[in-house]
Amino acid sequence: MAKKAKRTTLADNAGRRDGGFPWSTTVLTAPTAGAVALFALLVRVMVSVGPYSGEGTPPKYGDYEAQRHWMEITLHTPASEWYRNTSANDLAYWGLDYPPLTAYQSLAHALLLNASLPAALALSLSRGFESPALKLLMRWTVLSSDFLVFFPAALYFVWVYCRRGVGGDKEGGSAPWLLAMILLNPCLILIDHGHFQYNCISLGLTLGAIAAVLSENELVASALFSLAINHKQMSLYFAPAFFSHLLGKCLRRQNPIFEVMKLGLVVMGTFALVWQPYLYSLEAVMEVLSRLAPFERGIYEDYVANFWCSTSIFIKWKRLFTTQSMKFLSFITTISAFLPSFIQQVKAPSDRGFLYALLNSSFSFYLFSYQVHEKSILLPLLPASLLALEEPLLFGWLMYYALLSMYPLLCRDRLILQYVSVLALFGFIFYSPDGRSGMRANSFSIRKRALMILPLLCSFILHVIYLSLRPPEKYPFLFEAMIVFLCFSQFVILTFYTNTKQLMLLDCSTWTERGKKDL
Amino acid sequence: MEEAAWFWGVATCVKLLLVPTYHSTDFEVHRHWLALTSSLPLARWYSDASSPWTLDYPPLFAYFELLLSFPASLLDPTIVDLVAGRNYAAPSALLFQRLSVAAADLVLLLGAHRLARRLPPFRRRLAFALLLWSPALLIVDHIHFQYNGFLLGILLLSLSFLGEGRDLAGGIAFAVLICLKHLFSVGAPVYFVYLLRHYCRGGFGKALGRFLAMGSAVGAVFAVAFGPFLYHGQMLQVLHRLFPFGRGMCHAYWAPNFWVFYIVLDKILAFVLAKLGFVIQAPKASFTGGLVGDSSPFAVLPQVTPAITFLLVILAMSPCLIKAFLKPEPKHIIRWVAYAYTCGFMFGWHVHEKASLHFTIPLAIVATESFDDARHYFLLSIVSCYSLFPLLFEPREYPVKVLLLAIHSILMWLGICLFRLSRTPHQSKMNDSRGSSEQNQLIGWTGACYLLGLFGVELWGQLLHPYFFGNRLPFLPLMLVSVYCAMGMMYSWAWQLRQIVRCS
Repeated sequence: MAKKAKRTTLADNAGRRDGGFPWSTTVLTAPTAGAVALFALLVRVMVSVGPYSGEGTPPKYGDYEAQRHWMEITLHTPASEWYRNTSANDLAYWGLDYPPLTAYQSLAHALLLNASLPAALALSLSRGFESPALKLLMRWTVLSSDFLVFFPAALYFVWVYCRRGVGGDKEGGSAPWLLAMILLNPCLILIDHGHFQYNCISLGLTLGAIAAVLSENELVASALFSLAINHKQMSLYFAPAFFSHLLGKCLRRQNPIFEVMKLGLVVMGTFALVWQPYLYSLEAVMEVLSRLAPFERGIYEDYVANFWCSTSIFIKWKRLFTTQSMKFLSFITTISAFLPSFIQQVKAPSDRGFLYALLNSSFSFYLFSYQVHEKSILLPLLPASLLALEEPLLFGWLMYYALLSMYPLLCRDRLILQYVSVLALFGFIFYSPDGRSGMRANSFSIRKRALMILPLLCSFILHVIYLSLRPPEKYPFLFEAMIVFLCFSQFVILTFYTNTKQLMLLDCSTWTERGKKDL
Repeated sequence: MEEAAWFWGVATCVKLLLVPTYHSTDFEVHRHWLALTSSLPLARWYSDASSPWTLDYPPLFAYFELLLSFPASLLDPTIVDLVAGRNYAAPSALLFQRLSVAAADLVLLLGAHRLARRLPPFRRRLAFALLLWSPALLIVDHIHFQYNGFLLGILLLSLSFLGEGRDLAGGIAFAVLICLKHLFSVGAPVYFVYLLRHYCRGGFGKALGRFLAMGSAVGAVFAVAFGPFLYHGQMLQVLHRLFPFGRGMCHAYWAPNFWVFYIVLDKILAFVLAKLGFVIQAPKASFTGGLVGDSSPFAVLPQVTPAITFLLVILAMSPCLIKAFLKPEPKHIIRWVAYAYTCGFMFGWHVHEKASLHFTIPLAIVATESFDDARHYFLLSIVSCYSLFPLLFEPREYPVKVLLLAIHSILMWLGICLFRLSRTPHQSKMNDSRGSSEQNQLIGWTGACYLLGLFGVELWGQLLHPYFFGNRLPFLPLMLVSVYCAMGMMYSWAWQLRQIVRCS
């Protein structure tokens, strides 16, 4: 946690004074990293004591039941039937709708659970199975996935970030703070360990891929990112950034076509490996693909702070356009939203630009693409947390409104106490006495400050009225819509800012390039 | 204050997250006291027996519960209902009581701030981290459920007054503390001697005047606390509830103190003598049963009575009392008081394992004084926190307690290593002249081996014991924890004693 941040700074100072102090040579030392990581794990464990989505609410339950059901299906049926409607596998009841890597992960966890609690995974008989022991085991599968995938990736990233000096001329010593910001992401903690999902795996794989790109291990990066896509197709939100950055880099080398082919082969190889049970016929592949792209579910789900949902207050998109034309419209807008950042990375790939491009491309998908969940805000949050040292204000701002956009969901899951405590904890660490949040409110003009405080006030009021007031009969989702609209307005401002920021990098890119050659 | 508040705020977030975790019967005990104090007239507080959880804290704590019962009745009247509220643990009750503990910890914040505010920045932060982020306090108060943070906060306040030379305020705060929880009166001898010698100084007239001032101030606190009960003729009943000597020497789970060795020695002797052909009568009472009656639980060794334990405690304390009598200096008072509580813990009658908090928390301030103290504290705090592990026995809280201790250890390690760096050149030169490399290490190899042994003990209890014995001998792992931790505690006691005797 942040105190560790402070500790390291102190260690550095002390080390500089005394010289030759073992852990002052590197910025992120083993004890500080250990303390931050263990604290992040502790917070996760404590959140996991709370309720999960759909606890005790038959007949459909929630994501927890979905994950349990997938374990049941993958354990008892052959891989070829996982995505097919059979007598054992009723796709209408939480049918598997993530790519095969999620299914393998379910199978691995199912094997572990089956050893101690077989009744919880009995085929068909175990629907809606709930018990404290199962809850504990299920929670531990998420905790262990997080600790084995996301934590090492975060450490790897911070290590690479500091070693390569991605943050530019900023002083070192705040690496533990950065690590804490990445690991103590309240949204990720609440969704994975409260609501119950495994985003830590796909995000962890993506984070590993990002770190690998930064450390020039491009083949590893391609493999990791392919795995991330194969765990949750939403990882494709990052694809334009990865593609443009790697393409831009390859174009600068001696043999661009060969370089691109190498990466392509790794990607295809990884995909082939993961999809191996379905490669026997095109039909089988299409069967899986159709499960992954559920267009019939509409342009957005529930209340999500993206363009389509927020503006539906004024424009009834669903009524104006057919599903087909809606698909096309969202496709076009998404592409045009990430195009500037895409072009920038092809023209001048750079480490910082890459991080901004990740943020911009995931934001464009979140705001404009088809079938977006409120939980998809986790994707733009990941690159934003990586930029925490550079853009502390942006990161804190985005984090707050991202969490707000999931407030109705978390209220439904009865996770308000956890919501409040994790948010407050994040605030304390963000503004830790020695942390390098670098943001001082008084450095802004009064008008800017008012611009920030106004939405903040609105959000406080919305928090309270959402809990205490009943919406009018005529508009049962009035408060949800207000929350969504507030968040959307902030997201739009932020994405304009980050796009401008990335495009401004173009001007000084030649300088960055020269700097890199010197290295 | 801002810095202390930051530490406190982080801790409070953790406490909020701990609201839904396991709570012991102490939760119902305190809920019952809320109901008791709010529904019954004062005269019946200590005579009511409608629940097994009779009020056995002194009156000031009962007033504190009465105070808490007002907001509780506003939030949910069932919490303070004597009949309908029995074993009531609805989310509202849980949230209210947990929040009341977290809010009462504001006193701890105040005490820690007052004690640490004059320290240099680095040592101040170390002190805040040790006091406000104490894993033992989190385990006992915010999972198991008690109000130790509040009580220890008053102790720290009292010590901070004494440290500043404001003896009268310190004495009053200590009197308040005793009237909140009488277990803290173990420190009273040290307080008495110190205040007698340090406060009641000057010529005979001045000393007498000060003595009377102190006496009347402390007397006033006691009068406020016990007066109403005296008026209602309840005094004997109150004392009877406060000092239930019917309880045995050891709690169901043996606190890791001196008596553990005594019991183990008795068992070994009984075993050996029986092998040698002597007729050994098996004791009627067993130690694992909790409440022990009048019969002697020892097979061979003589029976231990409360009077013996009392004498032993005073005897163990005496070097410190003599020091305080001869040279009452404010800079040593925290060490002395902590030592007194250590003696009470090591040799006292019916000691709870939680009583180790009484000295580990004040010693956190002592730990920032020198590198040697910090080294000692590193060992002591790990051992005392580990000895609390059996309080949380459910698998759900297992990662919580392990992580709390692990994080605490790493932080102490970091802090203490930096401590060594921040020493002045003069100090380090003195250390170098002493020569031995052991002096410069955080823990020597014996200490390291001992701490590694804790892993072994934990491994035995969690994996090997169930594997070898199944459900048989369930007390064996607990006994092992007690005996093993008792060794560390004995070392800490001896170390503190040596340190007190040494320093001039």
